[in-house]
Amino acid sequence: MEPVQLEPRRRRRCDSPASVPQFCNSPTMLVMVGLPARGKTYISKKLTRYLNWIGVPTKVFNVGQYRRQAVTTYKNFEFFKPDNEEAMKIRKACASAALKDVATYFSKEQGQVAVFDATNTTRERRAIILSFANERGYKVFFVESICEDPEIIAENIKQVKFGSPDYADRDCEEAMVDFIQRIDCYRASYMPIDDEKDRNLSYIKIFDVGSRYLVNRVQDHIQSRIVYYLMNIHVTPRSIYLSRHGESELNLLGRIGGDSGLSPRGQKYANALATFITNQNINDLKVWTSHMKRTIQTAETLAVPYEQWKALNEIDAGVCEEMTYEEIQEHFPEEFALRDQDKYRYRYPKGESYEDLVQRLEPVIMELERQENVLVVCHQAVMRCLLAYFLDKPAGELPYLRCPLHTVLKLTPVAYGCKVESFYLNVEAVNTHRDRPGNVDVSRNPQEALQTVPDHV
Amino acid sequence: MLDKDVLEHGPRELHQNPLRKIWMPRTSNGLPQRPITQRRVCMTNCPTLIVTVGLPARGKTYISKKLTRYLNWIGVPTKVFNVGQYRRECVKIYKSFEFFRPDNEEGLKIRRQCATTALNDVREYLSVEGGQVAVFDATNTTRERRATIMKFAEQNGFKVFFVESVCEDPDVIAENIVQVKLDSPDYIHTDTEEAVEDFMKRIKCYESSYQPLDENLDKELSYIKVIDVGRRYLVNRVLDHIQSRIVYYLMNIHITPRSIYLSRHGESDLNIKGRIGGDSGLSDRGREYAMKLRKYIQEQNIKELKVWTSQMKRTIQTAESLGVPYEQWKALNEIDAGMCEEMMYEEIQKNFPVEFALRDQDKYRYRYPKGESYEDLVQRLEPVIMELERQENVLVICHQAVMRCLLAYFLDKTADELPYLQCPLHTVLKLTPVAYGCKVESIYLGVDSVNTHRNRPENVMAQRSTEDALQTVPAHF
Repeated sequence: MEPVQLEPRRRRRCDSPASVPQFCNSPTMLVMVGLPARGKTYISKKLTRYLNWIGVPTKVFNVGQYRRQAVTTYKNFEFFKPDNEEAMKIRKACASAALKDVATYFSKEQGQVAVFDATNTTRERRAIILSFANERGYKVFFVESICEDPEIIAENIKQVKFGSPDYADRDCEEAMVDFIQRIDCYRASYMPIDDEKDRNLSYIKIFDVGSRYLVNRVQDHIQSRIVYYLMNIHVTPRSIYLSRHGESELNLLGRIGGDSGLSPRGQKYANALATFITNQNINDLKVWTSHMKRTIQTAETLAVPYEQWKALNEIDAGVCEEMTYEEIQEHFPEEFALRDQDKYRYRYPKGESYEDLVQRLEPVIMELERQENVLVVCHQAVMRCLLAYFLDKPAGELPYLRCPLHTVLKLTPVAYGCKVESFYLNVEAVNTHRDRPGNVDVSRNPQEALQTVPDHV
Repeated sequence: MLDKDVLEHGPRELHQNPLRKIWMPRTSNGLPQRPITQRRVCMTNCPTLIVTVGLPARGKTYISKKLTRYLNWIGVPTKVFNVGQYRRECVKIYKSFEFFRPDNEEGLKIRRQCATTALNDVREYLSVEGGQVAVFDATNTTRERRATIMKFAEQNGFKVFFVESVCEDPDVIAENIVQVKLDSPDYIHTDTEEAVEDFMKRIKCYESSYQPLDENLDKELSYIKVIDVGRRYLVNRVLDHIQSRIVYYLMNIHITPRSIYLSRHGESDLNIKGRIGGDSGLSDRGREYAMKLRKYIQEQNIKELKVWTSQMKRTIQTAESLGVPYEQWKALNEIDAGMCEEMMYEEIQKNFPVEFALRDQDKYRYRYPKGESYEDLVQRLEPVIMELERQENVLVICHQAVMRCLLAYFLDKTADELPYLQCPLHTVLKLTPVAYGCKVESIYLGVDSVNTHRNRPENVMAQRSTEDALQTVPAHF
């Protein structure tokens, strides 16, 4: 057989399945198990955010939401009483509707992982789900959260239940009392996953917010990654500070990439950053930089120990390194247009794409999850990738996220998401943000191509 | 925690280490300071003592050796301390299982002594020799013994992580004994049947006093229980990054028999010209190799073979000839030679003689300007290794430097040996795990090619002559 003649290598990674790491062949259902206020939705949302970020299409199916659509006004915990036949009917119907949507997600929407977020506390309910999955060839992985620490449960209720639509018109004390009774409704019929009877199932049991784990029959790569992720996250309050290096010499000249040092204004920013950090009075702050001079110079000014990560280096622009956008347009107009057509997947010739960056940054994210207070001094494209992870931005938006120089973003996990505070430290800098121009066609003229290039020297 | 030097004199001047291309500050007296932590892996503050727990023939030594190999490969200095070996040095000739009887006072004394000696060596390794992880490989089946170890660790400021292997499947145990016990120095003069019988009695000696790690009594300890060779894991109180990585690794390895085939792409056009890097296609001989590789693979009749390539044309072209599905990994791309990409060694010597010399001085750590080092490669390849551990039969079609890194992992080669491992074109290496290591078969598929292996020349000084520098460059067109 004649070897196939490959077409001249395009900068974009080919879309054939061969080029995408095979995470899973059959779709996977992640099934949450546990009493209310055990962190199931927190885990569901966080895991979904992580999987989507690393490129595995994932979606949460929260049965409680289906219930809120069916029963538009929540009265009280009596709805959840085990002897409330009518409510039982509705709840069963909601679970079925959610399962139906899971099937659609997999078969019609190219989903790869569906997170079935509900209490699923009875063997009977879990059997229904297993049978549903087996019929369709889906893999099932259970995630059970077990916790009896009253303080943690109370904190959960405060953080996420008071804000729930169910309790919108109730004051905190009422809501707390009602919710505790709601939990009790489930307690009597709760059958945790049984290590003997369920020994052939694939699952992870999380005890006491991660102090202990039981992992049974991990089947494949994606389940292994999920377990690793779940074992690294924590709920201890902390903040992550993201900042770019101070303005660099090449920034001033409108040139991308390279390994230049700080401009005088950049140095000023480093000083301002040192003051800012000191004033924040952060407990046990870790500082991370890339291997590039400009981030290290910025960190040096902080006068605290820092760690250099090669993985935090700026995106490699390959043959376009140290060029201005004008020069890229002049020498590689087609590449320039291709980049505007799909900035996330576009790979610079002999360089990287945003998609490559995400893969490179995964260990950084994993370690950020393990850590507590961290300041990451990095670069524009890198910061966009990290920010997209924390703020759950899709691939289409990621390369256009605003990460201006001389601005610190403080991210603090809260409820199911992340609070962002932006601190501009009052030192002027060039703008390095180039928006997507109106015309992305290869046939466009230079003016159209350079329409959105920011000013530089 | 604020650095007074920096506060007084302002930010320190940065200087790029010429070999590793890492920016480091100079102190006020002009001398380069100790490097800031380079993030490779966990920079544990205190060393870690991994303590195995389990009856004989539960895979403790297998796990110890494999884990140690992995940790060393990713750059964490690790060493195994196998108490059985200390015992063999002490009691030159092994007579029978009676040595291990719980009522054999003299035996117990010697065994306790051996454990103490081993712990002393652990202290030496972790506190004096710069080791970061020590694996204390013994049964450690009693709470008393474990308490002794924990006290020792506490006194010396070591973190402790237990790895317990629990297994009651008689088939697995029997297979273990066949694989690794029969060849042990203990049974060298015993025939198979006798050896198995004696070993089973040896296991019995430990059974009555075995106190597994207890969910309640030991809930403050950090440990992983591996149950039935990985069917189930119980993980308790993972304290830090290195423990998290160890748990992840242990959860991904398996012992299902399989083989890993490593091969480079077929000879490429740039290979023929003696040029490094680039993204050229196969030469005629390279295409011939691809066809021979296809034939070889078919003849091997491998069950469910996965094929992986890099994202460079030459590996993909090679895989295309096989006529089977394959997966492209960017992580398998050849080492990035930065500014030296597509140059011949003669040109590198001409244009960057100092760089060329630095590379010969420390080929593992040397980073090409705007490129990578072998050390960077290893970090890049770690997810590939992790997935290779999960998989069964795999053929990896890659590149010279990449193949050297992968081979070093499987054959436990040091960082110094790694960049000089022989990985010639048109040769398949078949790796099959056996006992505690890896069997290697080298299959040359009979298609000529250039040699791309450049040995370390004798003179590695920057001022050396061109002749000295190019002494070991292989012939090319």
